Amino acid sequence: MPKLHNHPQLNKNGELQHLLTIEGLPKAIIHHILDTAQSFVGISDREVKKVPLMRGKSVFNLFFENSTRTRTTFEIASKRLSADVINLNIQASSTSKGESLLDTIDNLAAMHADMFVVRHAQSGAPYLIAQHLNRMGQNDIHVVNAGDGRHAHPTQGLLDMYTIRHYKQDFTKLRVAIVGDILHSRVARSDIHALTTLGVPEVRAIGPQTLLPSGLEHMGVRVFNNIEEGLKDVDVIITLRLQNERMSGALLPSAQEYFKSYGLTPERLALAKPDAIVMHPGPMNRGVEIDSAVADGKQAVILPQVTFGIAVRMAVMSILAGGRA
Amino acid sequence: MPTTNIDFDAEALYRTLLEQVRTGLAGVTDAAIVGIHSGGAWLAERLAGDLDLKDRLGFIDVSFYRDDYAKKGLHPDVKPTHIGFNVDGATIVLVDDVLYTGRTTRAAINVLFDYGRPQCIRLAALADRGGRELPVAPDFVGVRTTLQSGQSLSLARDGAGQLSLTIEDDNAETA
Repeated sequence: MPKLHNHPQLNKNGELQHLLTIEGLPKAIIHHILDTAQSFVGISDREVKKVPLMRGKSVFNLFFENSTRTRTTFEIASKRLSADVINLNIQASSTSKGESLLDTIDNLAAMHADMFVVRHAQSGAPYLIAQHLNRMGQNDIHVVNAGDGRHAHPTQGLLDMYTIRHYKQDFTKLRVAIVGDILHSRVARSDIHALTTLGVPEVRAIGPQTLLPSGLEHMGVRVFNNIEEGLKDVDVIITLRLQNERMSGALLPSAQEYFKSYGLTPERLALAKPDAIVMHPGPMNRGVEIDSAVADGKQAVILPQVTFGIAVRMAVMSILAGGRA
Repeated sequence: MPTTNIDFDAEALYRTLLEQVRTGLAGVTDAAIVGIHSGGAWLAERLAGDLDLKDRLGFIDVSFYRDDYAKKGLHPDVKPTHIGFNVDGATIVLVDDVLYTGRTTRAAINVLFDYGRPQCIRLAALADRGGRELPVAPDFVGVRTTLQSGQSLSLARDGAGQLSLTIEDDNAETA
């Protein structure tokens, strides 16, 4: 029983029941998701961009926090799997009338939902929903965390891993740098867990001290406050968005000042390996964390990330929906 | 009745199949070969080489089209589907190693139609073991045989590309 609480995302056979976080996810499951995604990549190039796998299943997009891009990619992924997608505009619905989160979930479960894709500003909200469903015996309803607070954004982490594997093949020889606002970034956290699990020998975090969480070293990460030092000889650069809307208090002097110290410019990119790739989870702030010349340059793989993201989400959803409770 | 546990000469069956397909495709201008992973893909590769159709070769994995997904979940080892030619108007020889219930064939036909509208699809199988559950029949077949329900036929390929077909006793269903 305690096991259930430790890993509410795995069922008793160790199979994926919900996708809540990459932390603690076995390497084999990550590789299985990436391999499956590879088979989904080609579908978007076909005459009919759909497979019948989730025909008749209902996917509810529950976005308690705004995100056009992530919601859209989940919607596209669901539709390419032939599922029916219902987008709930939470701000305008029952929760604003005072209904509790779990009452909302119970109501949707009573409508025979098969999957909830949950984005929430509170860390842990998808866990709460998954545990509630498990407790209620609703084992055939699956939860996908589409970003919770500062905690995790597992599908973004997985699509980043897919992108790295696509361009660099072998994880065990790489030096990967994550640059920017790591403190507020669930993407960074998911990436660090995934990179470590997949055997990347050197993960670096680069940013001003005020935007780096404490304890990064315990996650096996090398910390750099100087971007020039941190970018030296890296194979992969993951640039993070400066999360203005999360910024409370004066952690930074100004966006211009940030660009001067930490913006990814062509000169700084030249310090990395010549074949280094540049990634960004989007949306980009040009001239804040990344220079336009880099964002549009030939080392940038930011748009392929978006394309791979659909295949990765299709893989996650089809693995979950096909799982037996 | 005890089963005769004889194995087959897969290379001889392949030659039989090749000649049937060669005859069947005589005069066809828009021919293509598509193999179903994994055994059918090996056979399709050989056929495409022997029939000079290497640029008209495709592979499909039917995992995303199977009718037992809801029961069994996603196959753990999905291989990429690749069809690099224009399916519209093509005469496609769909190749599988062992034809049994017909469900894999049904799924494979659905895959092909999501790539376009072929002129026609012909079905080739190295072995037909009977037991059909759908109205599916092969156009080209290496051998017809009858197996007991607890048995399956398994195609293997060694490092040199040589094929072997053996009867295995298990309870695993081949679709």
